[in-house]
Amino acid sequence: MGGKTEPAKSESMATATTRSPDLINSSFFSFKSLKLKTKQQELLLRISILGLVYILAFIARLFSVLRYESMIHEFDPYFNYRTTLFLTEKGFYEFWNWFDSESWYPLGRIIGGTLYPGLMVTAALIYWALRFLRFFVHIREVCVLTAPFFASNTTLVAYFFGKEIWDTGAGLVAAVLIAICPGYISRSVAGSYDNEAVAIFALLLTFYLFVKAVNTGSLAWALGSAFGYFYMVSAWGGYVFIINLVPLYVLVLLITGRYSMRLYIAYNCMYILGMLLAMQIRFVGFQHVQSGEHMGAMGVFLLMQVFYFLDWVKYQLNDTKLFQTFLRITVTSAILVGGIALGVGTASGYISPWTGRFYSLLDPTYAKDHIPIIASVSEHQPTAWSSFMFDYHILLFLFPAGLYFCFKRLSDATIFIVMYGLTSLYFAGVMVRLILVATPAVCLISAIAVSATVKNLTSLLRTKQKVSQTGSTKGAGSSKASSKVTLDQSQPFQKNGAIALLVGVFYLLSRYAIHCTWVTSEAYSSPSIVLAARGAHGNRIIFDDYREAYYWLRQNTPTDAKIMSWWDYGYQITAMGNRTVIVDNNTWNNTHIATVGRAMSSYEDEAYDIMRSLDVNYVLVVFGGVTGYSSDDINKFLWMVRIGGGVFPVIKEPDYLVNGEFRVDKGASPKMLNCLMYKLCYYRFGELTTEYGKPPGYDRARGVEIGNKDIKLEHLEEAYTTSNWIVRIYRVKPPTNRL
Amino acid sequence: MMILSRSVALISLFLLPLLTFSFSVDNPTDRRVLVLLDDLSLKSSHSIFFNTLKSRGFDLDFKLAEDPKLALQRYGQYLYDGLIIFAPSTERLGGSLDSKSIADFVDSGRDLILSADTSASDLIRGIATECGVDFDEDSSAMVIDHTSFSASDVDGDHTLIAADDLVKSDVILGKAKIEAPVLFRGVAHSLNPTNNLVLKVLSASPSAYSANPSSKLSSPPQLTGSAISLVSVMQARNNARVVISGSLQLFSDRLIRSGVQKAGSPNQYEKSGNEQFVTELSKWVFHERGHLKAGSLVHHRVGETDEPAIYRIKDDLEFSVEIYEWSGKSWEPYVANDVQVQFYMMSPYVLKTLSTDKKGLFHTSFKVPDVYGVFQFKVEYEKLGYTTLSLSKQIPVRPYRHNEYERFIPTAYPYYGACFTTMAGFFVFSFVYLYHK
Repeated sequence: MGGKTEPAKSESMATATTRSPDLINSSFFSFKSLKLKTKQQELLLRISILGLVYILAFIARLFSVLRYESMIHEFDPYFNYRTTLFLTEKGFYEFWNWFDSESWYPLGRIIGGTLYPGLMVTAALIYWALRFLRFFVHIREVCVLTAPFFASNTTLVAYFFGKEIWDTGAGLVAAVLIAICPGYISRSVAGSYDNEAVAIFALLLTFYLFVKAVNTGSLAWALGSAFGYFYMVSAWGGYVFIINLVPLYVLVLLITGRYSMRLYIAYNCMYILGMLLAMQIRFVGFQHVQSGEHMGAMGVFLLMQVFYFLDWVKYQLNDTKLFQTFLRITVTSAILVGGIALGVGTASGYISPWTGRFYSLLDPTYAKDHIPIIASVSEHQPTAWSSFMFDYHILLFLFPAGLYFCFKRLSDATIFIVMYGLTSLYFAGVMVRLILVATPAVCLISAIAVSATVKNLTSLLRTKQKVSQTGSTKGAGSSKASSKVTLDQSQPFQKNGAIALLVGVFYLLSRYAIHCTWVTSEAYSSPSIVLAARGAHGNRIIFDDYREAYYWLRQNTPTDAKIMSWWDYGYQITAMGNRTVIVDNNTWNNTHIATVGRAMSSYEDEAYDIMRSLDVNYVLVVFGGVTGYSSDDINKFLWMVRIGGGVFPVIKEPDYLVNGEFRVDKGASPKMLNCLMYKLCYYRFGELTTEYGKPPGYDRARGVEIGNKDIKLEHLEEAYTTSNWIVRIYRVKPPTNRL
Repeated sequence: MMILSRSVALISLFLLPLLTFSFSVDNPTDRRVLVLLDDLSLKSSHSIFFNTLKSRGFDLDFKLAEDPKLALQRYGQYLYDGLIIFAPSTERLGGSLDSKSIADFVDSGRDLILSADTSASDLIRGIATECGVDFDEDSSAMVIDHTSFSASDVDGDHTLIAADDLVKSDVILGKAKIEAPVLFRGVAHSLNPTNNLVLKVLSASPSAYSANPSSKLSSPPQLTGSAISLVSVMQARNNARVVISGSLQLFSDRLIRSGVQKAGSPNQYEKSGNEQFVTELSKWVFHERGHLKAGSLVHHRVGETDEPAIYRIKDDLEFSVEIYEWSGKSWEPYVANDVQVQFYMMSPYVLKTLSTDKKGLFHTSFKVPDVYGVFQFKVEYEKLGYTTLSLSKQIPVRPYRHNEYERFIPTAYPYYGACFTTMAGFFVFSFVYLYHK
């Protein structure tokens, strides 16, 4: 261990000193005589940089609070907020056993058994700690600021991780990069109170502790890694990535002949303890031993034992030939037994097959063909190149460079980060939301590229300036780096070239910082529950229709009223409107969602029967035709048809299309013009002039004049429409008295 | 003392109209009935029917149908509890009344007797259509029956029908059987097939048909046989009751008094069944009979008395509901063996017939099914003639809590044993390994 970290420290000293040239100059002459002092200075510098990064990571995420207000964003965070509130009010055991009768009417949902409690427990602990310290904050403030707080903590982990796989310089750069990387900020701005907010911290912590355990062979680090894994499991379903990546990494080390006692200790301890701990989370339960997605880890665990056993036998037998035979028999029988066990387990149903989500990760086209409910979510779409560029900026170019450096200095740790980077980048390509998982790896690998480049360049400069200095750098750096330095020395203009390259690097990094700030402020700090638009005179217009509608529900409907809406709005209605919903964002029951999709895409009288059978009192639709808000229910409508049609074949997608085209104007299909969703969205819309110079009933979200302006409702009546028509609520009438 | 009793008398004087003339849940029988006539002579020609109503305590208010001062409500309050429309030829009602305000009257839970006759006006047809009944479109058509006409039908066109196909319901037509056929001369109607609230009380025989008796049939009649209803009733979802008759003469003194002999039948009756029929039917329609009321649904765990906010799966519970029947004067316990309760979540998971203690209390007990969700206790009691009882109460059912499972399962003892022996073995092994040498 000592041999590993020592050179890293002196290397980092070189990097750190380059970061502040004036400081070097001031202390340069006394460098030799006051070595200890320089070390202290370096430490001070490092700590202050880390402290600044810590603060930077926090404040960069506060745009939304400053611009709007301290509020919870989007959809899922409202559920998390509601459960956190419940947890702080009723205590842990009530939370653990919570049966929620307000969602998924009439099925209900066992909240305690179907969520990852890590986030809520974390926020509640922070809340209780603050209250204990006599800071009487509201739980909402804690929830809003949980994500930035954990983003700050992630930067610290990134620093230690970078230090572990490369050196302190890389660690510092990694901390800075990850602090403002848009790919991470997109999910961790203030108010984005979602599982990912703490999960990325837990993910990186687990990886860091595991790599540390592999590097040191220490049981304590492995134990720490198991606890990190437990926290991750408690926080996010993405833990499956860990439990597959780590065995894969171990397998690669085994194959490349890097098996060691350190690896054996790290993996076995982490796997066994992590598995036992993970089983304590109700939502995960016995999946570690019963689900196909976790079988790889178990297989690798058994393989480790076989390896260890073989090692022991090899040590006992001194005959090579005998050992070869023994090896062949053991490996064959081990694989045979494992295969039979897996086959029997799968056939008997004890081991569940891979889930649809897992399949869709490996095969991007799977969800589109088989599971419309997964494919319908925008964050599950395959990633476009532009969003990689948007979220990573220069890291996209630094990443291959970093891979190059990693391969140049291959070690157990760099193999890990390379594997993490490559696999997660593949998944990021499959699903937009998984850019988040890849971000730490991309930042770390890019940091290696930046740090290594800058260090090489500065060492070039410094060898020229002071020949006497090279000795210390040479001794500290690896032999490859120093050979490169000697090789470069022969080239002409190398000092000027190095200066130019350094300027280029700093230019790129500053562009990165500017880009990150701009993206954070423009794209990722909108709460999406309050919409903002630019008016004709450049002034900001706020559409607060969602909250207006939810408060209307809260104030004006009976407390046991059941609201039917598309599942996107379920969490918000229960959290803000405090009313029972039929379906919500926890899409656990496809049939129930399909029933709602069917109701929305049926004619009114057919829909009425469905709504009666579900005891629906109110129907809520989101409509953007007046404001030009494009993610409304009409634009989501084809997904309702697809999901509904997936379970109820009476709903057929071609009925709603004209020549394969989705239209709402006069050329739309008759079924489209008369289905419930169309009627509810466009009821009375034909009377309204939305834009000057356009006919009445001009839909601004789709830019067409609607096809059916004379809509009459038979079984429903308009109950409330918000000021900008974004949310429309209809009351379901009781059956007619005389018929 | 004197002052007190006087003031009480004064107060009760003010309250008296309210107490006696209001339609209320406690006293469902109608009191104030508006009778609309197209000719005041009907008052005397149908006096027997009106007098039976008066003798039962109804306050009849006779008005001409075209009276311009007609009003059903004043200041948003209805003035009447029931309405009798004996004005088949009236084209327009007086005052602000039209078919919609009549429909609103029914929708407010009030009762209606509507009688059409040959050449019924569009207004009367319109009201009937609102109630799920369609009169024959040919305004000159009448019900003709060449087999079950009354022998006293002197005209020979067989339009005076002696009908005896009555609905079999003690609730609607009373316990006493109507022996004599009911005489009917009027227009045929059919029931709207999509409306399941309306039913035939008096049906025509299979040989009846609807046509103009004075002209030759040029094409087959549209309404024939038992599809023809002579008198129908409709009970709306809010339990408002409506009687629709195709014959105004059915209620007349002449037909009530006349004897009857069905053609081809040896039985001759002194008096037709009309009086009994219209009297019993009016008792039903004005809620003197067949009106049920239910108390709230009561449920609790076995051994407890308070209603819980939530049940657990496999809880044993007791359920009860009180049902009373209005006898015309007071609430009597309802006795029946077919009241059922459903424990319902999208479909009934438990369906139990309630047993009664003959004092109005219906009760049962059952085990909550092993399914969690938001359930409802549902009592849907729809019995011919009775008002519909549709009660439901929502109750969530939760799964077991973490500490409600068995702590130790006997079948798992080998596993517990294995667990502890492994621990002990590990301890011994470590001890031996560390301190053996």
